[in-house]
Amino acid sequence: MTDARHAGLQSILVLAAATGVALLPLHLDLFALMQVTLFAAMSVLALSVAFIWGFGGILSFGQTAFFGLGGYVYAIAAINFGDSTNAILLAVVLPALFATALGYFVFYGKISDVYLGVITLTVTLILFNVVNSTAGEAYRIGIARLGGFNGIPSVPTFNMPFHPEIPLSPETSWWVTGGTLIAVYLLLRLILVSRFGRVAVAVRENETRAALLGYDTRLVKLGVFVLGGAIAGLGGALYVNWGAFVGPTIFSLSLSAEIIIWITVGGLGSLFGPIVGCFVIQWLVALIGSQQTFNSNLVLGAILVGFVLLLPKGVAPTFLLCLARLRKRYRSTTEHGSAQSTPHAGQLT
Amino acid sequence: MTELVPLLKTEKLTMNFGGVVANDSVDFNLGEMELRCLIGPNGAGKSTFFKMLTGQITPSSGTIAFRGRSIAGLPSHEIARTGLGIKTQIPNVFNGLSVRENIWLSARRKNTPRMANLVVDEILERVRLTEKQSAIVGQLSHGQRQWVEIGTVLAGDPELLLLDEPAAGMTDKETERTAEIIREINEARAIIVVEHDMEFIKMIARTVTVFHQGRIMMEDTLKNVLADARVRDVYLGKKVVVS
Ligand SMILES: Nc1ncnc2c1ncn2[C@@H]1O[C@H](COP(=O)(O)OP(=O)(O)OP(=O)(O)O)[C@@H](O)[C@H]1O
Ligand SMILES: [Mg+2]
Repeated sequence: MTDARHAGLQSILVLAAATGVALLPLHLDLFALMQVTLFAAMSVLALSVAFIWGFGGILSFGQTAFFGLGGYVYAIAAINFGDSTNAILLAVVLPALFATALGYFVFYGKISDVYLGVITLTVTLILFNVVNSTAGEAYRIGIARLGGFNGIPSVPTFNMPFHPEIPLSPETSWWVTGGTLIAVYLLLRLILVSRFGRVAVAVRENETRAALLGYDTRLVKLGVFVLGGAIAGLGGALYVNWGAFVGPTIFSLSLSAEIIIWITVGGLGSLFGPIVGCFVIQWLVALIGSQQTFNSNLVLGAILVGFVLLLPKGVAPTFLLCLARLRKRYRSTTEHGSAQSTPHAGQLT
Repeated sequence: MTELVPLLKTEKLTMNFGGVVANDSVDFNLGEMELRCLIGPNGAGKSTFFKMLTGQITPSSGTIAFRGRSIAGLPSHEIARTGLGIKTQIPNVFNGLSVRENIWLSARRKNTPRMANLVVDEILERVRLTEKQSAIVGQLSHGQRQWVEIGTVLAGDPELLLLDEPAAGMTDKETERTAEIIREINEARAIIVVEHDMEFIKMIARTVTVFHQGRIMMEDTLKNVLADARVRDVYLGKKVVVS
């Protein structure tokens, strides 16, 4: 059965990734380790969009709204609590609640899905502007000053659960971030084989049919959207932990656009592909940033156009397709061969 | 004396598309286990009638009672849950998914995972798609996709099936099998079939309702309907073979 083979491939992939995450600090210097920590944090954001867009069919141009919200919630809570444990939890819960409210308004308000992209984009812009204008003493939550366009510096990074006196080392921080990425990947995989996940894909395929079979498609889409918001929020917390800083640019539109590129490159309808896309593109942007010849936005644009024209399915699905074709060809040649080598008894006589 | 509640009853059901009255005061009754054929020329309002019954559009006025319960204007999924299944005129299937997944999605709504798989196996057998269960639906022929949709609807175990042109795009052999399937289904549940193909209608018809310009023009046995002068007039140019 191809399903079993697929599951086998999945387990190998996850095991390899887990081993990689565990051993990486042995092979990388601190700077490189910090860099992959950032990539992994952003990959959590990539997974959230890969899930809601690729499997739920919901294109949100403003997933950075939840990412940024998660980042700010984490920063404000961590400063106030002095402990990161519950702050991380809040960074997941509050963006999820915000996604519930926004999603309810869109999906139950019979607003066409086309507008969801516009609405999320607008919300991101509004958040950017609101946060950007919170400079000054008056804007504080508890003891955390929002800081307007300057952002919030010196955000406490992750500590051992409920032990604020033991902050995580860069290695441990990497393990937490990489481990979270794998955990989120696994969670989404499990959801996708569950009834909810399969129905979500069905709604993406044909919403009318799903409704005519008795599924409340609004609820399904809301569920997908909220899950995406929660994961993006978690990504935001990981991102702020990486830099110990959060500013309004976390809500930037260029980041929103970059996510779309990660997924287009990695493959829409894949979870692994977008992670690859996220790592490769970010690495490329960092590389371009360290020299002066090319403008990174120009290169990103060229990559996007190139992929849309030449490899519209993205890297991961194209790779799987080639693998399937090769296997088919291999099988048909061996079958052919064996048929020839064992002629019918009738032919012999 | 006990009066039976009809399975489906519509009263003065009307759909007005900004001036185009697609259904005009339709009073329709269907009994338990009935097999009804609905015919009428293009634009007569047959699909509109089905769309109102299944909540795809909200009637402008009038009532729909399913087993005595009012369902007019409810969202599609709630109507589906009361036991109404529909195969739409323009195929509504999950094109990117396998045949098995299409049917499973329907079976799994009410059933446990184990039961759902059993139901899927049985349905696949019935619509002759067991061999094709792993195929992606979008790549099948039109006739086969019709069967996928019929199978999918059946797997939801509805008490009333609405089939809007189920034989469209089918070969003669496939059409015959479809008629057979419909008769099988009718052993346990009520069906309304919309069709233009008179040969097909003849294979299954008992009572026939004729729609014309959004109204019910007549309701009788197939023989009487085909013998009716008005029906011939309406179908003029559509070549109804009266034999
Ligand atoms: N959404 C809509 N908006 C406006 N007019 C509509 C709409 N849907 C249907 N109509 C009109 O309502 C009338 C009935 O259409 P309907 O599709 O119900 O006919 P039908 O009997 O199913 O025809 P056919 O046999 O061709 O499928 C037609 O005149 C059609 O143009
Ligand atoms: Mg029609």
